[in-house]
Amino acid sequence: MSSAEVIPNFNSGSEQLKGDLKHPEPEHCPGPESENAGKGDACSGCANQEICESLPKGPDPDIPKIVENLANIKHKILVLSGKGGVGKSTFSTMLSWALSADENLQVGAMDLDICGPSLPHMLGCLREVIHESNSGWTPVYVADNLATMSIQFMLPDDDSAIIWRGSKKDQLIKRFLKDVDWDYLDYLIIDTPPGTSDEHISVNKYMKESGIDGALVITTPQEVALLDVRKEIDFCRKAGIKILGLVENMSGFVCPGCKGQSEIFKPTTGGGKALSEELGIKFFGSVPLDPRIGKSCDNGNSFLDDYPDSPASIAILDVVESLRDAVGDV
Amino acid sequence: MEAKEGLPTVSLDKVKHIILILSGKGGVGKSSVTTQTALTLFSMGYKVGVLDIDLTGPSLPRMFGLEKESILQSARGWVPVAMKSPEDTNISGSLSVISLGFLLDNRGNSVVWRGPKKAAMIKQFISDVCWGELDYLLIDTPPGTSDEHISIAEQLKWANPDGAIIVTTPQSVATADVKKEINFCKKVELNILGIIENMSGFVCPHCSECTNIFSSGGGEKLAAEFSVPYLGNIPIDPKFVELIENQHSYETSLTDLYKESALFEVFKPIITKVLNEKIQSRA
Repeated sequence: MSSAEVIPNFNSGSEQLKGDLKHPEPEHCPGPESENAGKGDACSGCANQEICESLPKGPDPDIPKIVENLANIKHKILVLSGKGGVGKSTFSTMLSWALSADENLQVGAMDLDICGPSLPHMLGCLREVIHESNSGWTPVYVADNLATMSIQFMLPDDDSAIIWRGSKKDQLIKRFLKDVDWDYLDYLIIDTPPGTSDEHISVNKYMKESGIDGALVITTPQEVALLDVRKEIDFCRKAGIKILGLVENMSGFVCPGCKGQSEIFKPTTGGGKALSEELGIKFFGSVPLDPRIGKSCDNGNSFLDDYPDSPASIAILDVVESLRDAVGDV
Repeated sequence: MEAKEGLPTVSLDKVKHIILILSGKGGVGKSSVTTQTALTLFSMGYKVGVLDIDLTGPSLPRMFGLEKESILQSARGWVPVAMKSPEDTNISGSLSVISLGFLLDNRGNSVVWRGPKKAAMIKQFISDVCWGELDYLLIDTPPGTSDEHISIAEQLKWANPDGAIIVTTPQSVATADVKKEINFCKKVELNILGIIENMSGFVCPHCSECTNIFSSGGGEKLAAEFSVPYLGNIPIDPKFVELIENQHSYETSLTDLYKESALFEVFKPIITKVLNEKIQSRA
């Protein structure tokens, strides 16, 4: 028997994936977003029937509100990676610091990693709280021109676990987009969790109308990471998110003792550069490992200000330049 | 054949121990630790099964060098993919893997699923796989405390798992997320077998000086704070990636290579600590 046959309800809503299957079961799933969700012939007996049936039908009335709320934001950039721990949050933080170094730019950083928020820690504003007013949730201001929003600010305790299923995360993401009072922003940097699941589907669904400039994809050099990043790029293509470029993080390490270079995460298949050539996307550069990056992030300081001479700082600023070029700024 | 809610499924009847590998943070080495635990237990002669419930980013097929394999169906359920055991008949152990990665036709394909679908898949992974007789079933998880975790906790609620090995890296940004995972375990009443600190220090191959790239000591501090056992630290060793990536270019199998490598010596004491907790067999 073929292996594909054992997949139940394999329907990602994408024609491409369906095409890969030998049996597009359950044959005629109308899709959870459709008018007939939960009512089609294929739905009887499907485990998701009740969920699909109870979903509200028709266009989401909140989407126009989201569009209105995000109308004064010039550039919206997603920071993505299929893999965890490759430096999405670190990079989002660096990007925020780097952009806000220019006093004429208003920058916002939004943390969509609901179960493992890191931005408040890295931006050094862990103890802040969100205020609610008539105009919505006021984000936390780290500097005059740098605001941030994360679920961490709403937790009763630093260590509280957020044990939420997808639908609840979806609701919070919607509120983040609809109710956070960013005012005017030149850049909104959106940090995401690893994977290609609820958070990613939600943010794309809710922001499609207001327009996402594109995604910055982060990877590390080893093939095990690239494998997951490939999936994320595949997701972006299916979802219609433009990929601005790929950054390879943690590539190479220079020993502070002897200055000898070593490759900790070996690019056995050519690393990020080869992947970007293979998939025809822009390669923004490689950022070497520097133990001081972790320290600065732990303390909530800007690494770029602390160690402007580090090769990593220089590489990061290069990436920021390429990114600004890619979104048509400067 | 719907398994009754609240009862352990038949598929796990002959599984003696179930261990989850958890971490709130991504990229700390859950899959690497799972792989090394599996290889170590195998080398000690145990029968090991590995279940990968990281549905959107499955890494285990690559780790075990099984990327081209696929899951087959038998009368008793899905047959896990087995590592080819060496010809040596003295080996009593076995090693088999289940992952969504085996079900994808193209390795670059993304699995874009919302929660309910992931929950259904995990349920099937728990109830429909014929593991047969196993000493250890290791469950590798994605980062976070969301659908996959709630589902697996629900599925295993009455299956009496041994508990969880928590993996962290030393820096405080990582331990902050891991604390959330520990609180998750407390909430769902999952026993914590201990904490492993991964990527703790890197020994420069040129001058043998050890640099703490992601600082150090975070795991031990965490264990003390939550009074759970500390299992030990694993330094960054590029040899592991090399071993995984080049496993097909050697004559010998991954399991033999691993047994001969220095990695085994580092990992063995950690696993011995877990085994010394002497959790009663559930089968």
